Amino acid sequence: MLAVAAVLAAIALPIFGNPYLIDVGTQVLIYVMLGLGLNVVVGYAGLLDLGYAAFFAIGAYTTALLMVRYHAAFWPTLPVAALAAALSGVIIGTPTLRMRSDYLAIVTLGFGEIVRIAATNLSFTGGPEGVYGIPHPKIGAFVLRSPQALYVLGMAFVVLVLAGSYNLARSRLGRAWLAIREDEAAAQAAGIYPVYFKLMAYVLGAVFAGAAGAFFAVKLTAINPSSFTFIQSVTILMVIILGGMGSLPGVILGAAVIVILPEALRAFDQVRMFAFGIGLILLMLIRPQGLWPSRIGQIERRVVAESEASVAAGVAADAAATTE
Amino acid sequence: MQIALQQLVNGLTVGAFYALIALGYTMVYGIIRLINFAHGDIYAVGAFLGLSVFGLLAVLHVGNGVLATLLALIVSMGATGLLGVLLYRAAYRPLLHARLSILISAIGASLTLEYGLFLIYSPSFLVYPHLFGRAGPSWGSIQVSWLQVLIFASSMVLMAALYLLVHRTKVGMAMRALAINQDAARLMGIDVDRVIALTFFLGSVLAAFAGVFTGLYYSQISFLMGFLLGLKAFTAAVLGGIGNIPGAVLGGFLLGVLESLAAGYFSSRWKDVFAFAILIIILVVRPRGLLGERVVERM
Repeated sequence: MLAVAAVLAAIALPIFGNPYLIDVGTQVLIYVMLGLGLNVVVGYAGLLDLGYAAFFAIGAYTTALLMVRYHAAFWPTLPVAALAAALSGVIIGTPTLRMRSDYLAIVTLGFGEIVRIAATNLSFTGGPEGVYGIPHPKIGAFVLRSPQALYVLGMAFVVLVLAGSYNLARSRLGRAWLAIREDEAAAQAAGIYPVYFKLMAYVLGAVFAGAAGAFFAVKLTAINPSSFTFIQSVTILMVIILGGMGSLPGVILGAAVIVILPEALRAFDQVRMFAFGIGLILLMLIRPQGLWPSRIGQIERRVVAESEASVAAGVAADAAATTE
Repeated sequence: MQIALQQLVNGLTVGAFYALIALGYTMVYGIIRLINFAHGDIYAVGAFLGLSVFGLLAVLHVGNGVLATLLALIVSMGATGLLGVLLYRAAYRPLLHARLSILISAIGASLTLEYGLFLIYSPSFLVYPHLFGRAGPSWGSIQVSWLQVLIFASSMVLMAALYLLVHRTKVGMAMRALAINQDAARLMGIDVDRVIALTFFLGSVLAAFAGVFTGLYYSQISFLMGFLLGLKAFTAAVLGGIGNIPGAVLGGFLLGVLESLAAGYFSSRWKDVFAFAILIIILVVRPRGLLGERVVERM
């Protein structure tokens, strides 16, 4: 029911909405793309990435620089942006994906900061001012300039990314990720080489972020390093945690909440990040599965809880036996 | 050579801050295998609480700089230590067995503290009282201020005290037992929860000490000061070997000196990139650090 209403609202928005609402809707679409991409890394493969905004930045900067400095068109630029993000995913992922999962979180954070500081310090990326005057994309002679046109383009991106995510979860890759996430040693024993599959998750996640970055660049027509901070990475993480890791409707719901709530509470802009922080802790304490958890995740959690309970019962029984 | 020696002096001062904060990371990690993301922000809270004490004392017309500093240190260290315990009890304890959830909770705690300071104090830089001048011994063009000497000496004393506490007392033995095997420690009658809380308390106390002296040394503080410094202190802990107390001290001073030398000879704009690159390289090449032992991932 809720899903049908959401789809109807998404279709009705560009027809009946005013430019402001459509713009908010487009922002939601960008966070849906980013959330779906990070969901592959964190939700599917279970790798905590705290520098995901770096891939978003690489996609956006590749698009902006190619279109502004080399006058490339949007459509040939898009795959280049995705490829650049994928390549950076391989470069940072290959040496680091063998390490302990919490170290990986720190390394990705460091990588995210390095990319942002480099974009701020280098002259060819435009320094702190970034790149501006990025042209709008064209289809034939039609320029996608109006909020409606950009919304529709964003929606097309989201539909593709959504279809990709849906199929990935049900592919051989998806099953391998699930196995690694739940028990890496057992997965390895079953013939799954974890590093390869982790790298695939990392690279595919980067491709999604790269594409989202390309769309972000042509939508805003100007980008600068302040859009790609650690806070941005945390915001994207918040999208998937709020919605429910591994759950596609959850990511969409999470993106909508993360974008619309601060817009609706403009007066409380000052407390936004503070509320984010409290929200993250409370979510982990009260509802770690998110608002709209994936069904597989729920079943897994029940199984794990039951096995833990039985282990605990066993330990208690052993202890009782020893004391006797 | 002159530049190198001067940067060595500055590096040892910054290194003392890194080392004090790295100890908090390393102790908590050693015991519950958590990267306490909020630890850098605990340090920032320490600096702000110290500033509040200085402000209060100025209102009360306490003119004695040494007395004011002592009071600021005591109040800030005590209050920040309790905050560390509160953080553990509220945000971490219920999640001790959920690997991903506890990390995310730690990120949430970090944001909460940062933007709590933002809301309570100020979004911009705040100025610390200027109690210690630049005066001090000098050799040729190399300047050392008495404040630098004080920071270095007092942190050495604190770190030695911590080392003795962990290695020579019963509580310290309990901490070390916990680091090896929590369940076995519990079976030996150790109150695991209280020992973990004590670890958070000690780490936060050291961080607050570093926070107050950071304010006195750089004369300004901001609500985000703990983010970058915390990351670098974590780098220092990893560099020395995480979980290892002398390692954190060594890593802190080493990182401080290396970074100061890099800033002295190259552009300081790339200083942070340099620190992050060190972090990534160590984690890839030698994840157990200089003095650490191999850590097996706990499932």
